Amino acid sequence: MILVFCETKDGKIRKPSLEALSEARKLADAAGKGLGALFVGATSAGAEEAAQYGADVIVKIEDPSLAAYSSDGYAQAIADAVKAKGATALLAAATSCGRDVAPRAAARLGAGYASDITGLAMEEGRLLVTRPVYAGKALATTRFETPVQVATTRPNVFSLAPCAKAGTVETLPAPGGGFLAVVKEILTKGAGHVDIAEADVIVAGGRGMKDGANFKLLEELAEALGGVVGASRAAVDAGWGLPHSMQIGQTGKVVSPTLYIACGISGAIQHVAGMSGSKVIVAINKDPEAPIFKLATYGIVGDLFEVVPELTKAARALAK
Amino acid sequence: MKILVALKQVPDTETKIKVAADGRSLDGGDVKWITSPYDEYALEEALRLKETAAAEVTAVSVGGDKAKDILRNALALGADQAVLVKSAETGDPLAVARTLAAFAEGKGFDLILLGNKGFGGDNASVGPMLAELLGVAQANVVTKLELAEGRFKAEREGDADSEVLEGSLPAVVTAQRGLNEPRYANLKGIMAAKKKTIEEVDAAPVAPAVTTVTLALPPSRPEGRKLEGDAAAQAAALLGLLRDEAKVL
Repeated sequence: MILVFCETKDGKIRKPSLEALSEARKLADAAGKGLGALFVGATSAGAEEAAQYGADVIVKIEDPSLAAYSSDGYAQAIADAVKAKGATALLAAATSCGRDVAPRAAARLGAGYASDITGLAMEEGRLLVTRPVYAGKALATTRFETPVQVATTRPNVFSLAPCAKAGTVETLPAPGGGFLAVVKEILTKGAGHVDIAEADVIVAGGRGMKDGANFKLLEELAEALGGVVGASRAAVDAGWGLPHSMQIGQTGKVVSPTLYIACGISGAIQHVAGMSGSKVIVAINKDPEAPIFKLATYGIVGDLFEVVPELTKAARALAK
Repeated sequence: MKILVALKQVPDTETKIKVAADGRSLDGGDVKWITSPYDEYALEEALRLKETAAAEVTAVSVGGDKAKDILRNALALGADQAVLVKSAETGDPLAVARTLAAFAEGKGFDLILLGNKGFGGDNASVGPMLAELLGVAQANVVTKLELAEGRFKAEREGDADSEVLEGSLPAVVTAQRGLNEPRYANLKGIMAAKKKTIEEVDAAPVAPAVTTVTLALPPSRPEGRKLEGDAAAQAAALLGLLRDEAKVL
């Protein structure tokens, strides 16, 4: 069996988990294996949705002690489920939670682990994965040598593939509390804040923005396109008051949106490492020699302070 | 308090990656090697604790002889001792975590600090694996850390929010940018570090859990298209192409 650890939010499965489930279904079909969707928490509201994405079995581990997230508690629950179901592969989405708990669960299982994979196959019962290394400057193909294998899937890479299955519900016992470290509080950074790693559209600004206040222009364009705003390291380091959580690049976030609009970004190798997985790249830069143009699907040589407002206007008109 | 800081030597972030002739490893020929940037925050945090809480700081690296450079740098910055656990680069995070766990086991470290990810395999997993192998608490991607008697409180970066978590020591904490501002080595520190010895131990052999079959450069992107005209014309042309050609709107 292939087991997918699923995260829920507001009674729904998170999109990166659905992507992992969709891909796992294909893998299970190709390998003639069953697919289980694993839910861990105080409740598993929303778990039934997993059947719509191909889960043969929905495995629930529910207990009040799991209401607050704990790395060690969740890793224990996940490892217990892998053993109970005799699963040979465990997948999770490479979210903040997945990247925290999956490697710990892998160590608990003595399983090989690969993070942030962008390609997935099975060869003689073992996973074979493709993944960006050196922050996307190279791609590695990795083979697993252990009987149980754990991997996390990069958000926005694998497409959703609805596929209704039985989704029989099964409950397993919870680890029982007394965990080593537990989340006590979530500090929300404001309503509607979207993680750039999950965004479909990113409008990013670099040193050419000249000032943090000018990012308002990018916010307006992002809003018109239903996207979010990111920044290059040069812009974050410039002292314009932009948070590191916005930073895209080797020392920031690695993103794979459908559309990436780079405004006033020259395209330093460090930045490119974080965004070269974008499907369509638009570059807006005054300097026709800027390296970002080598990467861009569409290049606009021009003044971003003229082009971006025109784009916003046109995007708003298109949306109507 | 005893603190262990695990450091990884990685290619400089400006490095262009070249694949070696074997087709599955990095050609290190022209590479400038540095301490993994996130490990610098881990080391800085340890040094601050040394200054404020009388901690003893041990720097460790799993790697080859050239990793002595980053250990020497850690000594110059103020680490009390440095240990090189000699091991070939395998690209397997579990093997590294097992090697580090074997080194740390039984030595009474209250806190183990490392970067939230290294630049290489980019698995961001040695920290949590090490915590599990040692049976201790973990806090990953941490931007704020407070220690109290046998406990810690940490703020960690989530996908869109931050989380505050509390746990017991000993613990493994992985550092994120924002935790502190790393210092630079001064001449006095550099001179003093030259006189210190870097202890060397051989890693016990660990069977790899994953192996790299191929390493390749990402496929190059097809030549793009430059849009002509004034700003309004370029904007209109772009939106048309995004909608009709690229079909992303």
